[in-house]
Amino acid sequence: MAKDQRIINIEHLSKSYGDKKVLDDINLYVREGEFLTLLGPSGCGKTTLLRIIAGFMRPDEGNVQLEGRDLLDTPPHLRPLNTVFQRYALFPHLDVYDNIAFGLKLKKVPEDEIDKRVRKVLKLVAMSDYEDRDVETLSGGQQQRIAIARAIVNQPKVLLLDEPLAALDLKMRKDMQIELKEMHQKLGITFIYVTHDQEEALTLSDTIVVMNEGKIQQVGTPTDIYNEPVNSFVADFIGESNILNGTMLEDKRVSFIGHDFDCVDKGFGENVPVDVVIRPEDIYIKKNTEGEQFTGVVRTCTFKGVHYEMFVDTDSGNELMIQDYNAFEPGTTVGMHIHPGDIQVMKKERVANTYSGTVTGEGKVEFLGAEWECRTDGFEEGEEVEVSVAFGKVDLLDHEDDAVTVGNVVFILYKGDHYHLTVKTEDGEKIWVDTTDVWDKNDFVGIRILPKDIRLSKVQKKDE
Amino acid sequence: MKASRILSRIYIWVLLIVLYAPIVFIAVFSFTEAKSLGNWTGFSLDLYKNLFTGSMQNSSGLLSAVKNTLLIALIASTVATFLGTLAAVGVSRLKPRNRQVMSFLNNIPMINPDIITGVSLFLLFVFLHILQGYTTVVLAHITFCTPYVVLNVMPKLSQLNPNIYEAALDLGATPMQALRKVLVPALRPGMISGFILSFTMSLDDFAVTFFTRGTIGLDTLSTYIYADARKGGLTPELKPLMTIIFLVILVVLLIINTRKPKTTQQ
Repeated sequence: MAKDQRIINIEHLSKSYGDKKVLDDINLYVREGEFLTLLGPSGCGKTTLLRIIAGFMRPDEGNVQLEGRDLLDTPPHLRPLNTVFQRYALFPHLDVYDNIAFGLKLKKVPEDEIDKRVRKVLKLVAMSDYEDRDVETLSGGQQQRIAIARAIVNQPKVLLLDEPLAALDLKMRKDMQIELKEMHQKLGITFIYVTHDQEEALTLSDTIVVMNEGKIQQVGTPTDIYNEPVNSFVADFIGESNILNGTMLEDKRVSFIGHDFDCVDKGFGENVPVDVVIRPEDIYIKKNTEGEQFTGVVRTCTFKGVHYEMFVDTDSGNELMIQDYNAFEPGTTVGMHIHPGDIQVMKKERVANTYSGTVTGEGKVEFLGAEWECRTDGFEEGEEVEVSVAFGKVDLLDHEDDAVTVGNVVFILYKGDHYHLTVKTEDGEKIWVDTTDVWDKNDFVGIRILPKDIRLSKVQKKDE
Repeated sequence: MKASRILSRIYIWVLLIVLYAPIVFIAVFSFTEAKSLGNWTGFSLDLYKNLFTGSMQNSSGLLSAVKNTLLIALIASTVATFLGTLAAVGVSRLKPRNRQVMSFLNNIPMINPDIITGVSLFLLFVFLHILQGYTTVVLAHITFCTPYVVLNVMPKLSQLNPNIYEAALDLGATPMQALRKVLVPALRPGMISGFILSFTMSLDDFAVTFFTRGTIGLDTLSTYIYADARKGGLTPELKPLMTIIFLVILVVLLIINTRKPKTTQQ
């Protein structure tokens, strides 16, 4: 019952640095006692959100409530929250004991109670014999334990953790993950955890909040997020996946990689373009091609410890990543099938690039911060129009010479037989491009569109 | 092989003797009462007695010079420590490029010859119509001491975890408490080295003091000795005084050098 009580409520939170919007209308609640993880790539706004909750930063708009009371006007030292910082931030001039006792001494807790509580948390973080040690003589993992102890000794209502394990090596990180999870269960305190490590998020969390570019992409349990990603960003960010273009033929029937499959999704309509996600472990691969849904030829096969990771070229010219316990030699012809329940169908976030533009003259239209040549028959100069450009009709150039405008590749999604790129222009607008050329993230590209591929249409009036 | 080792031993000893002989010479002759230098008339503590009881010629001048020197050094290095620490905090928060420029500007006064610092400050005080005396000497000493404090505090700041101030707030400290209980203690080693360095720089300064003390007859130890020597012959009591000063500086240096390992280790 108490589990469903909301301890933190965040409404319409926005924050910008200059022109860059780091948080864009965030709405989120945190249930009492849960382990919630804010997950996303660097620069997605997760740390900013945590710092606003902790009180080190003010949002431009929006509200944060703790147990139903507004929190934003309370300075950080009066908030009943404690933070574990990324690089520990222990006080170098104090020993382990005094670091942990710092908060309690400020609150004028009686000496003998401080002593009792410090010893108790030291035991909890398995650092009992270290109380007189100088913090700088401790290893990274030990310092992190002290940082956690220093925070939880104050019995905060919510513990905020900002990538606390990022500075540790892999083995230590795995051990600390298990300990953190145990600690969370023992203490019953609400944890808000920030990380860019999807595996860490899946291991630790009750709830994962996937963020990208200042927006929440998906909120759900680790299994929800892994099995039912709502969009291609989440599918790509969490775990390995094959993300493919498909068409929803009818309810429970989807077509992709040139074949039709049964699936469990419905309600998309008929003949609607969709994104399909298949996890690499969900494709069953056999030497026998008879009776299988489709066939292919193994291109590479790599041993990964528990399983083999194979890239298979399908009969329809797509590339699939497959994980299986059995190895198949490169060059082998194989048969494959996918269970209906393992096909995750997602609504396409967009089917073409659309912009609102202005006709600036005969054969000229302005959008995306530049002037483009196109056919403007039937439109007048100065008229507002809707511009549509298919993903596959955008040319990317590695030089500026013939380009109309320029941008940087910010996100790359492999879709089995082509790449779906997100390119950000200099004034921050985005254009999505389907291409078979290989580009790298952050590549500087020139953008060109042939006049015949720019489609104009009348602006749809709301009242019509 | 062996001969070369003996040679190198001899070399280092010759070097050390040349370096320390003058100081040892003064120290040894401070324990005899002969008025003229170089005459040993038997062991005696009379010069020390005279120095501390004040029974010597022009003793009030010497004692007030010592008092001035210490007081000026104390005030200048205290103010410089305060200003230098604040400046270092400010500089550390600049963008990397501006920080580099500021560090460079901070280094110039330290390598600038004292005589230029002295003359330029003298001209500045004249230009501003500030009456030269105690105030101008203290101001001048603060001026050349502050960069040394900045130089000593900067490395401490760059080692400091940027979240440490926020960590203090997070644990319930008010901004003032966070400053007092966390920031200052974390910077303290740098501030102390800066203070000690400033103190010794101020103590042995001659050129800057000489140009900024004005004409009211203010003397520090260095200007007093200079004037005394020009009058013909050093006052014998200077020998024990110099011995004492040397020993004090030696102790201070030992303190600085023994705390160094701790500040560089992190």
